[in-house]
Amino acid sequence: MLDISVSYNRYKFIGHEFLTWLWFTIENQPERVKAIDKNLGSLTLGNRIVIENRRNDEVLEAITIKGDDAGLEEGILSLKKGAVVTEINLIQTIGDKIWSYTLKGESFNISSLKTPVVGQVETGDDIEGAVIEKVYLYDQVIELVQKLFKTFIKKRVSDSWPQTVHHIKKWISS
Amino acid sequence: MGLLSSSVSITQYQVEGKLPTPVNNSVLEGLKKNIILDIDNESEELVSGWTSFENPYKPGFELSEVSIGTHLVFSLRIDKKSIPSKILKKHYFMEITRRLSETGREFLSKNEKSEIREHVKTVLSLRIPATPNIYDIIWNYEGGQLWFFSNLKSANEEFETLFSKSFKLTLIRVFPFTMAGMLADLSEPEKERLAKLSPTAFMG
Repeated sequence: MLDISVSYNRYKFIGHEFLTWLWFTIENQPERVKAIDKNLGSLTLGNRIVIENRRNDEVLEAITIKGDDAGLEEGILSLKKGAVVTEINLIQTIGDKIWSYTLKGESFNISSLKTPVVGQVETGDDIEGAVIEKVYLYDQVIELVQKLFKTFIKKRVSDSWPQTVHHIKKWISS
Repeated sequence: MGLLSSSVSITQYQVEGKLPTPVNNSVLEGLKKNIILDIDNESEELVSGWTSFENPYKPGFELSEVSIGTHLVFSLRIDKKSIPSKILKKHYFMEITRRLSETGREFLSKNEKSEIREHVKTVLSLRIPATPNIYDIIWNYEGGQLWFFSNLKSANEEFETLFSKSFKLTLIRVFPFTMAGMLADLSEPEKERLAKLSPTAFMG
């Protein structure tokens, strides 16, 4: 078994490829995303995406696109130059409930996670219920990320990966 | 950012190993062993320890507070005294001036100056209260899943050290490679291919 920090650095590209694949899948095959998690209403790109062009471990160019109505053309242009997605903001819905969060590719750190609103904690007695509810809501995000990653990594280590890469290349070039 | 905040950050861990039974007692024991200590009237500048999720400023652990549903809930508190550099500089020069005038000398040696700097820091540390930072933890003991509510590198490192010291269990950060190995149900041949992966060129 590799040392944790060695494997973190050596394989951080897997997280970047996952987010690049995820963007491609959300844009081109949203029905596949829904098939991965039957409870999912939708998964769409949020208001922030970070794309980096790296050589070895050096970042040659980094582009952050943010804003609710930001165009993603520049992002696609970066992908054309060989960049990958390193951070992505996602909007997840289940029924009428909405979650938003940012996922970092190399660490799978989740930040700016906002869940559907839960009841106010007014007394000490409310805390237990609020914690249980929040844990359930966070779990919806963690589980979805795990399911998406599992689908990706199974594909990534399979013989069909070159075919997926071909589709992604076609999307980037279109 | 606490777990009940409107916006949170989560770092995921997997915990490997089991605590001696009864588990709840082992958890409480581990927490109590490294409970946060008050340094407000001490010369220490930094301290970290466990505190209770519900009452982080009045640390103490009752099972009813730590065990919520199927989860264990507690917090890491890091108290740090930050002496503003300008205040440190002012008191350092005041002390040097006083020492020179008392001894009638014109200069102090490098060692003396260094001693004075340390002395001033200690005296000021006694007068400045520590700033507490609190990071919540949710631990699903049975599932081995743990969430730390911060992505801050220094807080995560402090947490990892304290957790291992308190519970003698292995804490593994969940990032793409470890998630692939532990949580993606890969077969042995798939794991072998995973270890040999190299970056894909999507273009070029």
